[in-house]
Amino acid sequence: MDTHNNTHPGRIAARFRELRARNEAALIPFIVAGDPSLRRTRELVLELEARGADLIELGVPFSDPMADGPANQRAAARGLAAGATLPAILAMVSELRRATQVPLILFGYYNPIFHYGCDRLCADAARAGIDGLLVVDLPPEEAAELARPAAHNGLDIIYLLAPTTPLERARRIARSASGFLYYVSVTGVTGARARLSADLAGNVEQLRTVTKLPIGVGFGISTPAQAGQVAAFADAVVVGSALSLLIEADYNENDLVATAGEFVAALKDAIRAARPAAPGATA
Amino acid sequence: MQKLPDSRGRFGQFGGRYVAETLMPALFELETAYQQARRDPKFRADLKRYSAEYVGRPTPLYFCANLTAKLGGAKIYLKREDLCHTGAHKVNNTLGQALLAVRMGKTRVTAETGAGQHGVATATMAALFRRQCEIFMGSVDVERQALNVFRMKLLGATVTPVDSGSKSLKDALNEALRDWIATVRDTYYLIGTAAGPHPYPMIVRDLQSVIGRETRRQIIARENRLPDVIVACVNGGSNAIGIFHPFIRDAGVRLVGVEAAGLGLSGPLHAATIAAGSVGVLHGNRTYLLQDEMGQIRETHSIAAGLDYPGVGPEHAWLKDTGRAEYAAVTDAEALDALKALCETEGIIPALESSHAVAHAIKLAPTLPRERIMVVNLSGRGDKDMQTVATAFGVTL
Repeated sequence: MDTHNNTHPGRIAARFRELRARNEAALIPFIVAGDPSLRRTRELVLELEARGADLIELGVPFSDPMADGPANQRAAARGLAAGATLPAILAMVSELRRATQVPLILFGYYNPIFHYGCDRLCADAARAGIDGLLVVDLPPEEAAELARPAAHNGLDIIYLLAPTTPLERARRIARSASGFLYYVSVTGVTGARARLSADLAGNVEQLRTVTKLPIGVGFGISTPAQAGQVAAFADAVVVGSALSLLIEADYNENDLVATAGEFVAALKDAIRAARPAAPGATA
Repeated sequence: MQKLPDSRGRFGQFGGRYVAETLMPALFELETAYQQARRDPKFRADLKRYSAEYVGRPTPLYFCANLTAKLGGAKIYLKREDLCHTGAHKVNNTLGQALLAVRMGKTRVTAETGAGQHGVATATMAALFRRQCEIFMGSVDVERQALNVFRMKLLGATVTPVDSGSKSLKDALNEALRDWIATVRDTYYLIGTAAGPHPYPMIVRDLQSVIGRETRRQIIARENRLPDVIVACVNGGSNAIGIFHPFIRDAGVRLVGVEAAGLGLSGPLHAATIAAGSVGVLHGNRTYLLQDEMGQIRETHSIAAGLDYPGVGPEHAWLKDTGRAEYAAVTDAEALDALKALCETEGIIPALESSHAVAHAIKLAPTLPRERIMVVNLSGRGDKDMQTVATAFGVTL
């Protein structure tokens, strides 16, 4: 669309192009903004990027996170208690943009966005340096009022696909998506699972027949081993609840940022090891 | 007037399907199954037979001679939903949806509950139709409503306490939705009110509209005309939409919904969503919500546990915006006074929820001429509330 006024057009697409050239899957950590404080979130973003995060999802805390398991519910409650409102989160992102160009995605529920105003949110988010929006309870059927200003401001709308999504529906959703598609690996809410679904690779392969967009996989991936397994066939691996639990465990400690960084480095190592490096590529 | 909701599940701007992608196919499946069922003579015959023989329909329309004489204004009739099996109108909805669950081959039925009335009505149907049943209930409500918890367990249901958020009805709803996201293939989620994602507000309204259809026949038989005013309590609003809906095209019939003003609308301790809320999106639908300036959902208060939810069904939001219905609010204290008044004048103990409608009727009736006719939906009986009422009146049981 030629009406984009985003100052950083296509940061997400550009990152996936770089990774594809290196035959490497992206690591996308999810952290709730404000968990445990917005200052820590800023430090976490920089540390996670330094340790191998390729894109980062920032959770916008909501009082009623209907698609989240207990770990992310508690993280959202901590974020709310720390005052992580949309204006505060966008102010933090503006500051972050002086230090990093890592693609940033706001991940949340629709009501805080609706309340802020879709037009205003998209303009302010793009200005602050956000690259994409993922709104869990906003399926494409309801998304027009957000998708229009998002496109106008050069923001990608990331849509979810689920194991329950029929292929024809996935094809229609893919047509209105940009950035990448997010495949929900389990029929369930966010949170660690002991093992991955057996038909995960097959399901992702099937989605390749309806879209050229990169396909990320999330929900339930919590260990480097699982991240490596998924990186063999997906374009991106999202890890969320496991980080929320780490942050919770280290809630009052000063080494929280370093601990999270170590974990992300281990995830990225496993992801890199999952595929042979492209000839001539340097990690 | 166009038929609502439209194909997108909208009543004007309200309604819709704001859910995680995992649930979208299930909502389409439910809509298709429901559209087939409502046209199927077998489904309709089953619904009619169980309504008559099991629920006890039609419920009476009762003229309150004593209360009318005492107030000296409009004639007051009660639609006696309190006489339904399980003690409230909730069963009209759970019966119809349970039949739908059976038809869809779902082996497990789940529901959220606040006070436990919808949980009991759901557990009842699960027992009748031999489905597994799990009821989600805020842990605060589990403690407050021990009797209903026991009733649900006696009926064979599992009661799962919910410890997240405010540990009450909205959190029970969150947990029921989370469970459904994980179990959607074999589970029928049986929502308790005319809210949530499309097609639920439509299904629940259609099933509860039996209240209004009967009222219409009964008042014509008795008075040879339609009523002038219909009064019903509103939170999610299923009993109100049930009695309002068959009268929406009758412009001469005033429709009055009564919300819970709790300790008063000047403070935060109430659940008057239409009176004090703003438009937002929660639990699958766009509607009026009680929320803060950042779109975070507020906690609510009402002495009536069944009115203690921060949203309202989307069709009520639409009826409010179009002006077709009007909405009032009644405090805890006024509801308690009305409960006592109905006990003393008519020998009927109303549920605290229904007492809100009675309280407003008591205010309104004396302002109207004697030839006017008012119908109050007595949505439930008060037995479940005796502990709360005793405490409020300073009595130790």
